[in-house]
Amino acid sequence: MIEVLSTAALATVQDAGRKGSLRWGVGTSGAMDNLALAAGNLMLGNDANAAAIEVPVFPFKVRFDEDCAFALTGADCAARLDDTPLMPWWVHQAHAGQVLTLGLPQGGAQRGSRAMLCVAGGVDVPEVLGSRSTQLRGAFGGHEGRALRRGDVLRAGRAGEPCRTHFGLVPPSLTLPLQADGVPAVRVLPAAEYLGFETSSRAAFWAGEWKITAQSDRYGYRLEGEALRPIAPMEIRSHGIVPGVIQVPHSGQPIIQMRDAQPSGGYPKFGTVIEADLWRLGQAPIGSRIRFVEVSWAEAVAALDETEAWLHKVSRIVDLHRSAPQRK
Amino acid sequence: MNPQATTALKTRASVKAPPAPPTGTISLLGTTALLFEAPGELALASQQRIWALSREAQDWPEVREAVPGMNNLMLTFARPPRDAKALAALEARVHAAWDAAIALPLEGRVVELPVVYGGEGGPHMADVVSHTGLSVEEIVELHSAPTYPVYALGSHPGYCYLGGMDPRIATPRRKVPVLSIPGGAVSIGGAQTGVSASAGPSGWNTIGSTSMCFFDPAQDPPAMLQPGDMIRFRVEGIIR
Repeated sequence: MIEVLSTAALATVQDAGRKGSLRWGVGTSGAMDNLALAAGNLMLGNDANAAAIEVPVFPFKVRFDEDCAFALTGADCAARLDDTPLMPWWVHQAHAGQVLTLGLPQGGAQRGSRAMLCVAGGVDVPEVLGSRSTQLRGAFGGHEGRALRRGDVLRAGRAGEPCRTHFGLVPPSLTLPLQADGVPAVRVLPAAEYLGFETSSRAAFWAGEWKITAQSDRYGYRLEGEALRPIAPMEIRSHGIVPGVIQVPHSGQPIIQMRDAQPSGGYPKFGTVIEADLWRLGQAPIGSRIRFVEVSWAEAVAALDETEAWLHKVSRIVDLHRSAPQRK
Repeated sequence: MNPQATTALKTRASVKAPPAPPTGTISLLGTTALLFEAPGELALASQQRIWALSREAQDWPEVREAVPGMNNLMLTFARPPRDAKALAALEARVHAAWDAAIALPLEGRVVELPVVYGGEGGPHMADVVSHTGLSVEEIVELHSAPTYPVYALGSHPGYCYLGGMDPRIATPRRKVPVLSIPGGAVSIGGAQTGVSASAGPSGWNTIGSTSMCFFDPAQDPPAMLQPGDMIRFRVEGIIR
């Protein structure tokens, strides 16, 4: 069992997301950094989509009530097991009674914003509509359909079982870097209403830096930059949307829909951050700046292939470690 | 901006200002989905064709899920088409299927919801009164008269988009959204009306409240209402 010791709110149980219930109004939820989730799980020999604990607010503390292997991925949070500092992107062994503490993300301009705590066998919560992710609006999935609180007790699917530990990975922020003019970047495909915006606004969107404001969370990132002006007001009927869609409300300041976004909307859509780059956004800290890079369909599909290739490589590295003789 | 991207842009993105061509428009939602929008004014007949298109597209191998909206259809990809040519082929298939789609006149259950209009459960009734110039009684009468077809589900688990509201009570969305309205809130947003299925933020004007469980993840299907079902609002009371 793993007991939550901290009061820090907003930590949630997430897997790869709830796909296939959009037609009932159910958004996908799922890990904000899907590569951190998949890699952490692979390191433990879990299914890549097993549920983990996503931690966006620090410090965060849990106590292991039994021996349990775990992997830390996502943001490097100066983790400690009791008093021992832990490597990020690494598989560790906790013994019964030990306390894991995640501190503030470190790494200067390269720092991430969300840590992923993966455990052997995955976090064992019931699957609801095909997923273990927390659906906050619907109050189901994850741990009792809500964010974790002090005193919550979670079970790891394979706690107590032997698991290869003490190895790690180079994080994707280093192996798959993406910047434009020295600023972290994400790639965008234009969406339906793109050409309905002023030429100058379209130019400003690609040329400018966009600040991720404090009004940013798992539902969406509100950005701050040069206001985007439509040529004429646009009336749009409610339609399906997906994480990554960049909506422009009347203020002209864009909002990027994130994993907890509702599955439909009606604001004009400027573009969509491609699926392959959603993990980058998921790690972008509040207050940081990002840039947008326009891509073609072929480039967007190639980017997806690149993240899949990275995960295949992770699988191979993990297989090597897990099949090698264990040494301490 | 590279030349390739510019070309993709011209062919993929559509301008909203001029009316849509009669065959509808298709746009991209990243590599996750595409969106088909039916031509013409919002209408039940178009929605019935969207339902037909949705049922057909759900069985295509490229499609993970077909998700009807208000006279539009989102298709999420099981796997995104490999290249621009494969994407163009899928788009052509959507257009052809729409052109061939025959209205599917779903006629589901009629669900009656008792509504208490105004008072604490309808805090924005006064705003609808001042916008429309109608009295509370007139608004209640116009709002409770139709049988509203469920066009689609969206927004949050179990929420129904309804068609058929009387345009005389249309009221613009609120300038500042309300941080949280309770489940069961009956509200008007522009020319649409609906009932929230759970507590959450909303930019619509809440004019009344009802109690009904719209969603239970343990049930199959989890949503109580489906496209084609109908809602009637029965006046249980008016509070001033």
